[in-house]
Amino acid sequence: MNREHLIKMANQIGAFFGAYPDQEDAVNQVANHLKSYWEPRMRREIIAYVQQTGGPALTDLVRKAVRSLDHGPEPKAPA
Amino acid sequence: MLAISDKDFGTPARLATGPLVELEIDGRPISVPAGTSLLRAAALAGVTVPKLCATDSLEPFGSCRLCLVEIEGRKGYPASCTTTVEPGMKVHTQSGKLSGLRRNVMELYISDHPLECLTCPANGNCEIQDVAAMVGVEDTRYGFAGKNHLALPKDESNPYFTFDPSKCIVCSRCVRACDDTQGTFALTIDGRGFASVISPGQNGPFMESECVSCGACVQACPTNALTEKSLIELGQPERDVVTTCGYCGVGCSFKAEMKGSQVVRMVPNKDGMPNLGHSCVKGRFAWGYATHPDRILKPMIRATIEQPWREVSWEEAIDYAAQGFRRIQQQYGRGAVGGITSSRCTNEETYLVQKLVRAVFHNNNVDTCARVCHSPTGYGLKTAFGTSAGTQDFASVAKADVIMVIGANPTDAHPVFGSIMKRRLRAGARLIVADPRRIDLVKSPHIKADYHLQLKPGTNVALINAMAHVVVTEGLVNEEFVRNRCEAADFALWRRFAAEQRNSPEATEAITGVPAAQVRAAARLYATGGNATIYYGLGVTEHSQGSTMVLGMANLAMATGNVGREGVGVNPLRGQNNVQGSCDVGSFPHELTGYRHISDPVLRVSFEEEWGVHLDPEPGLRIPNMFDAALDGSFKGIYIQGEDIAQSDPDSHHVCAALKAMEMVVVQDLFLNETAKYAHVFLPGSTFLEKDGTFTNSERRISRVRKAVPPLAGYEDWQITIMLAKALGYPMEYSHPSEIMDEIARLTPTFKGVSYEKLERLGSVQWPCNDNAPAGTPVMHVGQFVRGKGKFTITEFLPTDERTGPRYPLLLTTGRILSQYNVGTQTRRTANVVWHNEDRLEIHPHDAEERGIDDGAWVRVSSRVGSISLRALVTDRVAPGVVYTTFHYPETGTNVVTTENSDWATNCPEYKVTAVQVMPVPARRRQTPGHQGTGAEMAAAK
Repeated sequence: MNREHLIKMANQIGAFFGAYPDQEDAVNQVANHLKSYWEPRMRREIIAYVQQTGGPALTDLVRKAVRSLDHGPEPKAPA
Repeated sequence: MLAISDKDFGTPARLATGPLVELEIDGRPISVPAGTSLLRAAALAGVTVPKLCATDSLEPFGSCRLCLVEIEGRKGYPASCTTTVEPGMKVHTQSGKLSGLRRNVMELYISDHPLECLTCPANGNCEIQDVAAMVGVEDTRYGFAGKNHLALPKDESNPYFTFDPSKCIVCSRCVRACDDTQGTFALTIDGRGFASVISPGQNGPFMESECVSCGACVQACPTNALTEKSLIELGQPERDVVTTCGYCGVGCSFKAEMKGSQVVRMVPNKDGMPNLGHSCVKGRFAWGYATHPDRILKPMIRATIEQPWREVSWEEAIDYAAQGFRRIQQQYGRGAVGGITSSRCTNEETYLVQKLVRAVFHNNNVDTCARVCHSPTGYGLKTAFGTSAGTQDFASVAKADVIMVIGANPTDAHPVFGSIMKRRLRAGARLIVADPRRIDLVKSPHIKADYHLQLKPGTNVALINAMAHVVVTEGLVNEEFVRNRCEAADFALWRRFAAEQRNSPEATEAITGVPAAQVRAAARLYATGGNATIYYGLGVTEHSQGSTMVLGMANLAMATGNVGREGVGVNPLRGQNNVQGSCDVGSFPHELTGYRHISDPVLRVSFEEEWGVHLDPEPGLRIPNMFDAALDGSFKGIYIQGEDIAQSDPDSHHVCAALKAMEMVVVQDLFLNETAKYAHVFLPGSTFLEKDGTFTNSERRISRVRKAVPPLAGYEDWQITIMLAKALGYPMEYSHPSEIMDEIARLTPTFKGVSYEKLERLGSVQWPCNDNAPAGTPVMHVGQFVRGKGKFTITEFLPTDERTGPRYPLLLTTGRILSQYNVGTQTRRTANVVWHNEDRLEIHPHDAEERGIDDGAWVRVSSRVGSISLRALVTDRVAPGVVYTTFHYPETGTNVVTTENSDWATNCPEYKVTAVQVMPVPARRRQTPGHQGTGAEMAAAK
């Protein structure tokens, strides 16, 4: 997947939920959005990006949300 | 001329608001609502009174003097069309005196009417002929030698109908239909007395007038002075088939009048919802594409897209496609293929495509063209109210006191609803228009918007926040509604947010370009003007903050208590005929039917039991994600039913590169569209005239589509999907689309009560339709929201990344025109091209002058992703700094310049905001309108 596109999309999602005062909840909302609407290969790619680079192009909130998704293997590409 | 099967009751029905009025007509007792005319009461009693100037779609006029009656105890011979019923009346419709009066009137008419009935196309279905027979006119005492209108020339200027003034009796039905039904006021009666003639505009031909060719005048004409050219050419129809229009999301009911298997004309169904006998130029007249020679009627395959197409049998084409998909899945994985459903196809066809993807491909890579139009509506309204649909039926607008139209152009894109809305506006409702462009509604005959908030493209959210600021800081919140109906904690957060000074009209004026005083006044009007309703279109959704704006409108409606009854609400105007339906029946990659998330294990079990397969619990790829996956090599095959993504999706370069990267592209369509240039298999589809099924319109109304002619290529689209599924090893056992709807109803609580039997009985039904609402639900969220309490959401304005600057100083926004439909695949293959045979770039005189651009000059429009050339239309409809065009012609390739920016929640593309530069270029050779042009080729070449 196109990493640049995914980073931009993830930051857009973060910007929406980031408007809420409770930042912990905002992190959860971003993570939920990614789980609910992103196909697994998209999630794998953004997780890999954070794992490999630390995710410098992501906002703090989004980076935290992506890391929260990274507590187990994402569903693998179906065979 | 009315439809051949229509009965005309003479004057409109009146609602019964009290006891019925009892009276007697020709000795027959009849009870009718107060306010009913004697003419209508007689018709209801089975008594036919001759008439010419009256028809039940128009208020009575009383000019023809034929419907005279006698009333016991009263003097004279009143016109029954303008005389209303009274208790105990005894009315007589036949007497020697009445016969004499009527005969004299008819003799006068006949003396100035061509007596060529045998050769007249209306012979046998002509009101003046019928009345002459009824009255018993054999000759006219006035002769034919006197002064008359018989030599007046016909007006043949309109491509679809002719006006023969020699047949006109100046009854004014056409004028009244244009005024009252359509609301265009294009016709008038010019001259006085004998010199009176029907005049389009300033006594010119129809095509030079303001006429929008809706056909209301043709339908109203009792003498066939106004007649469809198809009727003249083909002769009288023999039967009709009631069906639903295949164009916009209004979903008008039509009678396809047939002669054998040939459509003679389409007549709007006066008993059908929601249009009640009205139509627009597309639905009524632009159906010729169905038999256009460009239709592909044989399946075709090719190994690579460089090769020519090879016609093959259906079996070979289906097997080739199936083998391709299976090979790809074996080689690249289960998730390497997917499908796109069509908002132009039926609910049943759409349901089968998503079923094929989920049950046969075993993934959830299914999406629909709603992705690029109203997906933010789905997200926003579900989040705020609990379901992904508009709140009202169209008729609700008649109860509105304040109408706010945001990013929609109903008179062009949803013309029949536009007429319904204009009727309400003429009756006194107030109007707020928020649009970068001065749409016709802003000022049209007898209508003037109270406020035109001419905001800069991309600033919707700042505007809605500013309106919210006024509501919360000026004490305009409907506290009781909010307290009883909405989540308190979310409201409190939102109230604080909206009240912040940075959201005030004064602070946002620099962002939106709308004067603060106007915003304040509009917000006050919306909040305090009575029933306030919002109608919106793609000018809301197709933004990087499309979903945020939908949430913002929902916030405003809830805060002011404008949800949950007639006359209020938040209403998306869906672009295509079945956008609502395609979303309802599970086309989104994360949702099964009824907008239920695929991750729900209990839900999945119900589908797994019905379908006999295991379902993937993870959401699939959305259309833009499919393109990205294709370019990274993990998505290799796609089944596209009725969608031209190469022309309609943004950044055509990217789309075409993605399609090129795939190994099996199967296109099922009517024509070799732009996408088919990248296809390996072409499966010829069927038009709405060739199939059975249902469409669901913008007001959640499910209406029957009925087969009027056999499918020209042999199969209806649902049958083709079944063949493909079977070839992939998954038989789908349906013998009729009704069985598919039965399955949808079994699996979907909001559709539980829907069946073809019920649709036959009721005509149509609006979901939710279930045990709680067996006859459907015109207005939603009455008493409580579907989600329980309404949810307020913080809607921070975040400017789009698409900014103007020295290189790209103008903002391009796109839209539709009345005569054309979307990418023009259908309408470009009709005579509608006489109104719009090319896309033009609207540019403000100031911007044009700065660049040395004259009206009609060729210009180059360049964005960060591409360039196109088209001709300029210099107009102050657009503000300085904004340019506008349509995307109906592939030659233009409008989406070559639109970018990949998209809505944060749904990936709906940001078509409405592209930073561009516009410069004059020398004239280039233009291709013939309607030619399958070079837009995508240009994109591919780049």
